[in-house]
Amino acid sequence: MLGFLKDLVASFQDFLFLAGRAYANVFRRPHYYGDVALQMDIIGVGSLSIVLLVGAFSGAIIALQMARALSTYGASSQVGTIVSLTLVRELGPVLTAIIVAGRNASGIASELGSMKVTEQIDAMRALGTDPVQKLVTPRLIATAIMLPCLTVVADAVGAVGAYLVSVPLLQIITPSQYWNTFWRALVLNDLAQGLGKPFVFGMIISLVGCYYGLQTTGGTQGVGRATTQAVVVSSIWIFVVTFFFDKIFVNLT
Amino acid sequence: MAEQPVLEFSNVNVRFEQTWALRDVSLKLNPGETRIILGEAGSGKSTLLKTAIGLVTVDNGAVQLFGEQVANRKETDLFKIRSRAGFVFQEGGLFDSVSVGENVEYPLLNRQISEGKSGDETEETEKRVRDSLRFVELEHTYDKFPSEISGGMRRRVGIARAIVTEPPLVLYDSPTAGLDPITANTIMALIAKERDVRNSASLIVTHRYQDGEIMDNFYYDAPQEELIHVSERAEADAKRNRTRFIVMKEGQIVFFGTRHELEASDDPYVKRFIRHEE
Repeated sequence: MLGFLKDLVASFQDFLFLAGRAYANVFRRPHYYGDVALQMDIIGVGSLSIVLLVGAFSGAIIALQMARALSTYGASSQVGTIVSLTLVRELGPVLTAIIVAGRNASGIASELGSMKVTEQIDAMRALGTDPVQKLVTPRLIATAIMLPCLTVVADAVGAVGAYLVSVPLLQIITPSQYWNTFWRALVLNDLAQGLGKPFVFGMIISLVGCYYGLQTTGGTQGVGRATTQAVVVSSIWIFVVTFFFDKIFVNLT
Repeated sequence: MAEQPVLEFSNVNVRFEQTWALRDVSLKLNPGETRIILGEAGSGKSTLLKTAIGLVTVDNGAVQLFGEQVANRKETDLFKIRSRAGFVFQEGGLFDSVSVGENVEYPLLNRQISEGKSGDETEETEKRVRDSLRFVELEHTYDKFPSEISGGMRRRVGIARAIVTEPPLVLYDSPTAGLDPITANTIMALIAKERDVRNSASLIVTHRYQDGEIMDNFYYDAPQEELIHVSERAEADAKRNRTRFIVMKEGQIVFFGTRHELEASDDPYVKRFIRHEE
């Protein structure tokens, strides 16, 4: 038991060292702008289609569920408000982060893990390149920028999905009522939550993916293990961080 | 004045958890010299190479590379020193997501980037990449990906990448491991050629005694463009004199000397590595 706890603390310490170096490298030369752009394309543009689909359906599902629940209280007109708050504050950031964690934390961990077991990381160090500078920092920057963008997209299509359910399908509300209540429900705090969370999630996803990738040992089996750990650990962290983020921001209103 | 050694180990000890990977290792390598490191698996051969460029943490002792201390320096301080040496990995260590040409170009662009210049390909870099690939007779693979070429070719590309910056020291980690004898001899011929054309120092880890024999017995003659046995060239004897053999056992150097001294050794462990395969 003590050994397990020691390993846990040691690996968290290693993670913090890696994170510290990755952040320090953001402000240190050389900068690999090409790699940042490439990662933004892979993480951002690559995840767009799945984010669009999941965003649209999650909006539609909230509208379906809420329409029924609200009608019990005769408050069907509030569907826009409910969709807006749940989507922008919580579901948009968290669902997008979970999708990107599943897609990119695993991708990053398997890519870096394969490089580790085939001596490519050592080769990079031997050639005089800092693997953290070349591999981790570009992924950190790219994910931290792209995840808030993807979240905005998910929120937008989610709003449209909910609109399609509430207005043309169930006809419980008029278009102008829907958009009015949707828009009016939002305050600056919601926006801070809705964009602040994915920014932090993006850093978690990329750093956890890179950490497990760079820690890989034990050949192809090790790569598989690193990939699984990266997805599981980043998903857990997303929920833990959401809780604390909400604890702070809910009290601010 | 004595020339400054390119690499010098002074009483170096390296420990991995409870096992000593290197114990009290001291060696010196001057420009143009060759060291062949033999030893069984796990005897510390590869650790010695990695320690030379600071890839491994040293417990105590000093390692000087190009006159600069590398043992236990901050990783960020080491990148510049490391980029001056060439390192050939056992499996080539090529980046599999980029082409052969881009792999060989990497050290050149990396040097430009670390000097604050743009990391863009220029005519000059492409020419040097092609020259380096021509040196290992693989210019035609320029646009191929590492997965599209054979294992032996990947090692040769690894050599091309290591020497593209014309380093004064090249470290080879088992360059012939797992290759058929013909391909292995081709690789060794290239390593001898690199040594004799550029007069670079070489540290070669191997499990094949014949690799050392090639380095000791042959000399690359530039006008004839082929390897020549040293006995055919009197002036090549000076070159021959610069090859020494090191045998490692459990992290320690148990033998250091010339090929003749190695062959005359009575030590049963040392004798195990002297095999004449036809």
